[in-house]
Amino acid sequence: MPIDKRAGTAAEALADVADGATVFISGFGGAGFPNVLIRALRDRSPKQLTLVVNSATHRYSVTHELIEAGLVRKVVCTAARGHSKEASPFELQWMDGKIELECVPQGTFAERIRAGGAGIPAFYTPVGLGTVLAQGKEVRRFGDREYILEQAIKGDLALVRADIADRYGNLTFRYAQMNFGPVMATAAARVVVEVRAVLEEPIPYERVQLPGLYVDHVVTVGA
Amino acid sequence: MWPLNRLQIAWRAAQDIADGMVVNLGMGMPVAVADYLRPEADVFIHSENGVIGAGPLASPEHIDTDLVDAGSRRITLRPGAAIVDSSWSFAAIRGGHIDVAILGAFEVAANGDLANWDMRLPNKGPLVGGAMDLASCARAVWVIMDHVTRAGAPRLLEKCTLPLTAVRCVKRVYTDLAIVDITQAGMVVREMLEGLSETDLRQRTGAALTFAPDCRSLTAPPIELPAGDRP
Repeated sequence: MPIDKRAGTAAEALADVADGATVFISGFGGAGFPNVLIRALRDRSPKQLTLVVNSATHRYSVTHELIEAGLVRKVVCTAARGHSKEASPFELQWMDGKIELECVPQGTFAERIRAGGAGIPAFYTPVGLGTVLAQGKEVRRFGDREYILEQAIKGDLALVRADIADRYGNLTFRYAQMNFGPVMATAAARVVVEVRAVLEEPIPYERVQLPGLYVDHVVTVGA
Repeated sequence: MWPLNRLQIAWRAAQDIADGMVVNLGMGMPVAVADYLRPEADVFIHSENGVIGAGPLASPEHIDTDLVDAGSRRITLRPGAAIVDSSWSFAAIRGGHIDVAILGAFEVAANGDLANWDMRLPNKGPLVGGAMDLASCARAVWVIMDHVTRAGAPRLLEKCTLPLTAVRCVKRVYTDLAIVDITQAGMVVREMLEGLSETDLRQRTGAALTFAPDCRSLTAPPIELPAGDRP
C-alpha cells in the first residue's frame, strides 16, 4: 500500500489519545501554534494530561483552553506567566495546587526533547548551575566548569504546526514557525501535524525541513 | 547632564558592537540596541527562537505572523539571514557561538552574578525563557538597566538578593549613570555621567567601585522616548 499520511480530520487523527498522555505542543511567539489540533484535543477531552509547551499561556495560542477545560495535570514549560495583571487560567489552577509546574530554561527544554528523540537518556549542561532550577540535580565537573544533569523528555503525542506537507509526511515551515516543531516530532510516539496545504507532488528533498519518517498524520487546515 | 533615558542607554551599548559580531538582544530595553547600530556594523542579530539575522520591526503592511522574534514582535530579516529550529538555536548559544548577549537585569553582583528572571511577582507564574542559557553561555554578557530601582535602591550589589539567572557571567553594565565593568577585582567604572561625582555614584551603588584611571564622561545624543513612555 502506498504511504499516505493524510488524515481526514483533526478529530480522526486524535481519536485514540488516552488519559494521562504526555503531549508536546509546538509554537513560539505567535508562530507555529497548532491551534486547530489543540481545539480538537480539547473536544476529545482526555484527562490528566501533561503538556510540554514553551508557554503555558500565550495570546496567540489556545493552549489555555485545555487548562480551562480541566484536562491538564502538569505543565512543563519555559514561560508560565500570563500577560495581564489578573491571573491566567494556568496561574489560577497552579496557585490552587491543581496543576504541577516544571519550569525549565528554554535551551534545556529543547535539548531534553531532542535527547528524548535521539536515544540519549540524559545529558550535562552548564545552564542553570547555581540557580533554583538546578536544585536537587546531580552536578559534575568536566574540565574547569561544573555542569548539571538533565533528563530527556519523551511524549505520547506531538501536536505540530507546519506550512506544507506531502503525502509522505515531509514538512516545510514558514519563517520562525519551525521553533519546537521538528524536535517535538522526534520525541513523541505519535505525531500529528496541521498544515496550510498538502502538495500532490513530493516536496523536493533539499526543501524538506522535517522528514516524513517522524510524522504519523497530516491534517490540512488552511492558512 | 540628565541621566540617560533607556533609549540613550541602548544607543551607548550599540556603539560598542563591533563589525561581524553575533549579538543576542534580550526582551525589554535591549531590543532597542538594534535601532542604534553604527551603519558600518554589519552584524548577525540572533533571536532565541531560531532567527539568525533579525532585521527591524515589520511595517504594518509587511507584518507576517510567522516571522517573530523572542519578544513575539513581528520583524523582518536582514540580508544573509537564516532560520533554524529551537534546539539548534540553543545549541548555538550553549556552544559559544553568540559573541555578546545584551540582557536586562534587576540586579548584578560584584562577582558578575546576574538576577534577571524572577521578580517574585505575587499571583504570577515564573518565566525563565532563554535567559539562563544566554547568561551562562554567551561569550560575553552585557547588561543594560537603570542604575537604581524606581524606589531608589541600588541594583549593583555585593550580592544579589533576587533568584539568580546565572553565576559570574556579567562582563559589563550600561546604566543611565555609568558604564561599569565586572573584573576579577570587582566593579570598575569606565564612564560616568558628567556632573556626577564619584561620591554621588558610590551612594547609588551597593558594591565597592573602583574608577578606571582613564574614566571618561558618559554621553549620548538626545533621543526622545515615544509619547506616553516613562522617562
